[in-house]
Amino acid sequence: MPEGGTGIGAAVKRVEDKRFLTGRGNYTDDINRPNQTYAYILRSPHAHASINGVDTAAATAAPGVLAVFTGADMETGGLPCGWQVHSKDGSPMHEPVHPPLAKGKVRHVGDPVAVVIAETYAQAKDAAERIVVDYATLPAVVGMNDALSGTTLVHDEIGTNLCYDWEIGDEAQIDEAFAKAHHVTEIDIVNNRLIPNAMEPRAAVGEYDRATDEYTLFTTSQNPHVIRLLMGAFVLSIPEHKLRVVAPDVGGGFGSKIYHYAEEAIVTWAAPRVGRPIKWTAERSESFISDAHGRDHISKAKMAMDSEGKFLALKVETKANMGAYLSTFAPCVPTYLYATLLAGVYSTPLIYCNVKAVFTNTVPVDAYRGAGRPEATYLLERLVAKCAREMGMSQTDIRRANFIPSDAFPYQTPVALQYDSGNYTATLDKAEAAHDVAGFAARKAESEAKGMRRGIGYSTYLEACGIAPSAVVGSLGARAGLYESAEVRVHPTGSVTIFTGSHSHGQGHETTFAQLVSERLGLPMDNIEISHGDTNKVQFGMGTYGSRSLAVGGEAIMKAMDKVVNKAKKIAAHIMEASESDIEFKDGTFTVAGTDRSMAFGEVALAAYVPHNFPHDELEPGLDEKAFYDPLNFTFPGGCHICEVEVDPDTGKVRIDRMTAVDDVGRVINPMIVEGQIHGGLAQGIGQALQEGCVYDEDGQLVTGSYMDYSMPRAEDLPSFSAGTEITLCAHNSLGVKGCGEVGAIGSPPAVINAVVDALWDLGVRDMPMPATSQTVWRAIRAAAPAAAAE
Amino acid sequence: MPTVSMTVNGKKVSGEVEGRTLLVQFLRENLHLTGTHVGCDTSQCGACVVHVNGDSMKSCTLLAVQAEGAEVTTIEGLADGDTLHPMQEAFRDNHGLQCGFCTPGMVMSAVDLVKKNPKASEHEIREWLEGNICRCTGYHNIVKSIQQAQQTM
Repeated sequence: MPEGGTGIGAAVKRVEDKRFLTGRGNYTDDINRPNQTYAYILRSPHAHASINGVDTAAATAAPGVLAVFTGADMETGGLPCGWQVHSKDGSPMHEPVHPPLAKGKVRHVGDPVAVVIAETYAQAKDAAERIVVDYATLPAVVGMNDALSGTTLVHDEIGTNLCYDWEIGDEAQIDEAFAKAHHVTEIDIVNNRLIPNAMEPRAAVGEYDRATDEYTLFTTSQNPHVIRLLMGAFVLSIPEHKLRVVAPDVGGGFGSKIYHYAEEAIVTWAAPRVGRPIKWTAERSESFISDAHGRDHISKAKMAMDSEGKFLALKVETKANMGAYLSTFAPCVPTYLYATLLAGVYSTPLIYCNVKAVFTNTVPVDAYRGAGRPEATYLLERLVAKCAREMGMSQTDIRRANFIPSDAFPYQTPVALQYDSGNYTATLDKAEAAHDVAGFAARKAESEAKGMRRGIGYSTYLEACGIAPSAVVGSLGARAGLYESAEVRVHPTGSVTIFTGSHSHGQGHETTFAQLVSERLGLPMDNIEISHGDTNKVQFGMGTYGSRSLAVGGEAIMKAMDKVVNKAKKIAAHIMEASESDIEFKDGTFTVAGTDRSMAFGEVALAAYVPHNFPHDELEPGLDEKAFYDPLNFTFPGGCHICEVEVDPDTGKVRIDRMTAVDDVGRVINPMIVEGQIHGGLAQGIGQALQEGCVYDEDGQLVTGSYMDYSMPRAEDLPSFSAGTEITLCAHNSLGVKGCGEVGAIGSPPAVINAVVDALWDLGVRDMPMPATSQTVWRAIRAAAPAAAAE
Repeated sequence: MPTVSMTVNGKKVSGEVEGRTLLVQFLRENLHLTGTHVGCDTSQCGACVVHVNGDSMKSCTLLAVQAEGAEVTTIEGLADGDTLHPMQEAFRDNHGLQCGFCTPGMVMSAVDLVKKNPKASEHEIREWLEGNICRCTGYHNIVKSIQQAQQTM
């Protein structure tokens, strides 16, 4: 390791921070192209309506306007879905067409209807007010139960609002197990709909070069190569060699910037038609009605147990909201990223899950930080907490009794996944110690002395990430493999550029990946550049989501570096006139074993590019290697989150007194960054549990459409966190890494709600929906009071 | 269109703006100072906080013409050449930023807090940040950063 410690395990300060801290980040809206114009998207104010006509004449004549286009003008393909799920009867899911600009009908508030392109944004926006859309409003279907039972169809042509009816497991076998159970615990669970709200609103700049027939799209994307593939091949028919997609600095994603969105296609398609670059930037109000939302499940679950509280069987029925159209990843979220996680950390032998995916007149729903796994974790950990109550067991005893033992790996679950490593007892022990659970009783007494209620809640969870082994996900309906690629380009004077398909939008890849290089090649951080986000620079990439960057993208870099070292050894052997097998490489130096003959990495690099006497048939000049890495399995981070709350019974206000997370994320490359990722995940999980909830009214109008209405955690809403790790290594990748981006958001919501229920148990409260706002908690206390008095 | 003149990061600047042009638009579009960000349209997120005559303000809440004659400091004007301001250094030391989008406003707001209340408690720091939303960090490391800057500013 170079002096100062910049290799694996060092808390290296981030390379990217200086530009962000001095205002020199380069986000999409910061990009201004010569002769640029501005787009404003006119969106549907109705949740459901037929479009009888669009009169754009007045808008077209407005000052500064260059063009107005509607769905009738935009004869392109629809926005594609990347994942196909089959119903239990074998039929493929219903996959309605999703035009970038609405054709004939609008299906949610915010559905794009027309685009105005003008000299300034203000002119475009002013002109859009002159567009007259003749809408015939239709009844809107907002709730999933209404969608399945009613007659209003979101998509007339498919004749149903049921997208698919999927199952995993053997229902008959499960029902038999329930018939024999000592006790069955049942629970109804709603996983509240969320709006991701990355702080940078989405933006896109489209450009066309008439001389070369090349298109360029700058966009706020987590995966520019995937956007190039989806938009180029399926929507606009632009071949890849004529389409460049650049995702520069991106201000947070959390899943919402994975998907291919209409606005990207609109500005790219329109650029040659107006002959000038076009910029579109979402106003936050637009983000609320056009960014894919997250979660939104309604479930019934029951657990069969024996007399010792051992889990015998789990049965789950879930309805999942798809919104009005299928977003890029949407169908896989409530199936392969959800039901396959229902074993959690427990050795439940039998699991059955049925999922009905439903179309409604709401914004499309897709993956949001955790994607399916938070929904599975919330259901399971709320259910387990209830099982403990009903069996008269402690919250930890029931968990310990059902944990998959640490010597049982590899462990095959009944729901497709095979876990490779973990130690759930150790994470629970460490979390209990870090939290000072032993002191809870005294703290509770103190709270009660001042008229407050105190409760503690647990969540012992597991997730599958490092998405994903291509063969596995291919068999599950993914229309692409989910490998990652890397190129390690060694320059003649020994500095290195890494080209990676893993985009960084807050995760700190430019630091973490450079640490891998520093460790492996023995180089100082200043000699390493991480390049990502530009399809003209990076060979290919599947992008950043599902906590995959290090476990998949990092492994690709490691693999390419192995190739570099092997080639460099050949060069060093040739120059030092030694056998290749005698060359050792350590700390940036190639040495002939057992001699004092050596060459520094930089000397070998220079020799590679000035190859005066290389044997042509054996050794090519240059030192530049590529690798594609396809993981052998998912990785399985897990952990234990413990939340302790104090609730004011008079106001219903919940205050988190302490939040402890001990997570097994595999090997840690940069502990500072890992801890930061966990903090951020916890904040979003706590936000879901206590504050955030997307609300539509019965007409399909979004009630929570701004930061005045949608409650995001602010600094005073959150405590300082206790975040630690308890490591077992991933067994199937070279670094032993698992992933840390989503653990906080996955593990924490049930810990919070279990704590609130615990705090109010003696008042008769038995259940608590998310978000547990003051009003919701206050009402629950009031509703429980008569029952509690009667007991 | 009216002309507006002010001093931004120590330089006298002027430009033509529409009456409705916000200060943040003038900074970003006329002066190309794109470090000041726009994260919402309801003056809630604080990504656009700059200093106007020494006080932190959301530059989306002012019309450009209202800043006529003002002394404005943006994130680009905070460091002393290549030497980061102690608050910027503290954010880097404590991993007080991830995606960087809320960061300029967060730093400008935090600098004003430490000037006005150098001994602010953790609770007071969290209350002060009410007008700055961060979606990445959970605020834990932002609070730590500001606590470090309380010692170094």
